[in-house]
Amino acid sequence: MKSLRVCITAAIVITAVSFTVISCKREQGQVLNMATTTSTDNTGLLDYLKPIILSDTGINLHWVAVGTGRALELGKNCDVDILLVHAPAAEKKYIEAGYGIDRRKVMFNDFIIIGPKTDPAGIKGKSASGALSTIALKKAFFASRGDDSGTHKKELFLWKEAGISSPDKQPWYIQTGQGMINTINIANERNGYTLTDRATYIKYASTLNNNPPLIILVESDSTLKNQYSIITVNNVKCPKTNTALAKKFTDWIVSPKAQKLLGDYKLLGKQLYIPNAE
Amino acid sequence: MGYLLEGVQQGIGLLFSGNIETWSAIAVSLQASLLSITAALIIGAPAGFVLGYYEFPGRRQIRAVFDTLLALPTVVVGLVVYGFVSSRGPLGHMELLFTVSGIVVAQTILILPIVISLTASAIESLDMRLGNTLITLGASRRQIVLTSLYEAKIAVLTAAVTAYGRAISEVGVSMMIGGNIKWHTRTITTAIALESGKGNFAMGIALGLVLLTIAFTVNASLIILKKMSK
Repeated sequence: MKSLRVCITAAIVITAVSFTVISCKREQGQVLNMATTTSTDNTGLLDYLKPIILSDTGINLHWVAVGTGRALELGKNCDVDILLVHAPAAEKKYIEAGYGIDRRKVMFNDFIIIGPKTDPAGIKGKSASGALSTIALKKAFFASRGDDSGTHKKELFLWKEAGISSPDKQPWYIQTGQGMINTINIANERNGYTLTDRATYIKYASTLNNNPPLIILVESDSTLKNQYSIITVNNVKCPKTNTALAKKFTDWIVSPKAQKLLGDYKLLGKQLYIPNAE
Repeated sequence: MGYLLEGVQQGIGLLFSGNIETWSAIAVSLQASLLSITAALIIGAPAGFVLGYYEFPGRRQIRAVFDTLLALPTVVVGLVVYGFVSSRGPLGHMELLFTVSGIVVAQTILILPIVISLTASAIESLDMRLGNTLITLGASRRQIVLTSLYEAKIAVLTAAVTAYGRAISEVGVSMMIGGNIKWHTRTITTAIALESGKGNFAMGIALGLVLLTIAFTVNASLIILKKMSK
């Protein structure tokens, strides 16, 4: 039985050590659980804000980064206190259904359509919906997120605007079901186009020494605005959520100080978000 | 291609620089996988013994069920456990969602079939005379279980290593139940998923190497244990 005993002792020691390592990080402040979209996490925005939030409000922000569709679902199931998402139409439905309260605009940036430098379908400089109908007409490869994220919802809206019902089963339309960077990479491998938020694109370009094979072809179209809002999970439906703390956080993020911080946040020297709280 | 080499360099750097973020993920991974393998062995080894040792009606069917569960996909475990531990689920009051304890529960469910199925096989392959000898020597029921498991120790150890490998390398459960929260529930595998999502492929490879190093350490210590027990 010696080996068994050694084995158990080793397991206990390692577990104890890892517990100590974890408990070394002192827990400060009150924990506020937030569900948010992958872009705010992938660009490092929340890591940048977290220590400032703690010192200003005493809130220890915990977040899970998922697509906007799933973030709203987590809110419905009362698993988080607050949401930071970017799909205005879905958010309004969510509020109307009584799941959320106190929705406030926080900031915006914009979506862009990117594609190969050679631009095989010739969409450069067109409007967003014009570009999409050209892509459909020429049957050029288009990579879609296909994951009910905010970006995916925006893309579906743009197809509607372009008067195309649903390119769901077309051979040139690839639904990746993955995050933004992976989707951009798939578009690149297939020499195709995709819709992305500008922040993720800047991050993507930086990993390729700012000389990416996919370049911006369509931008600055009013339909490409990407609005981020904050929503408090309704505690009438979810009595256990911390509404008071969520209110404190909401008040902070729309305050002039936080709004300035959002505007000042830069990735590789480029501004990512434009604050627009009212 | 370049990122592979870069990843190897970064991986070595990460392990030795004492990068606090990496070590936090390593600690969470170790903690979750060690607790889940301990729980799975405590429940699974006796259960596997019963399935492998005794003849009773329905034994074959139960074994077939556990053999099938070896193919349990991690996301399915994640989804089912999420359904239970979500605030609206039947176990919501236990507040297991987005905690390491939640990951442990789900990982235990994931690897339990491995422990049960492989332990049962190990006991089945023991010399049938062992049990009879023990009985004639007047061994108690508890002594029979422990001695049989001890005689099959190498095979049971292999079951434990296989199950541990699955626990520490899975990403579906940790992502869905843990939520990949930095400093709290971020494991090595969810960190890899996050880094590749950010486009930092080199960092992803580096963390992959860290994971392999841990797996190697576990296996190496088991080989030493095997040698010591001979």
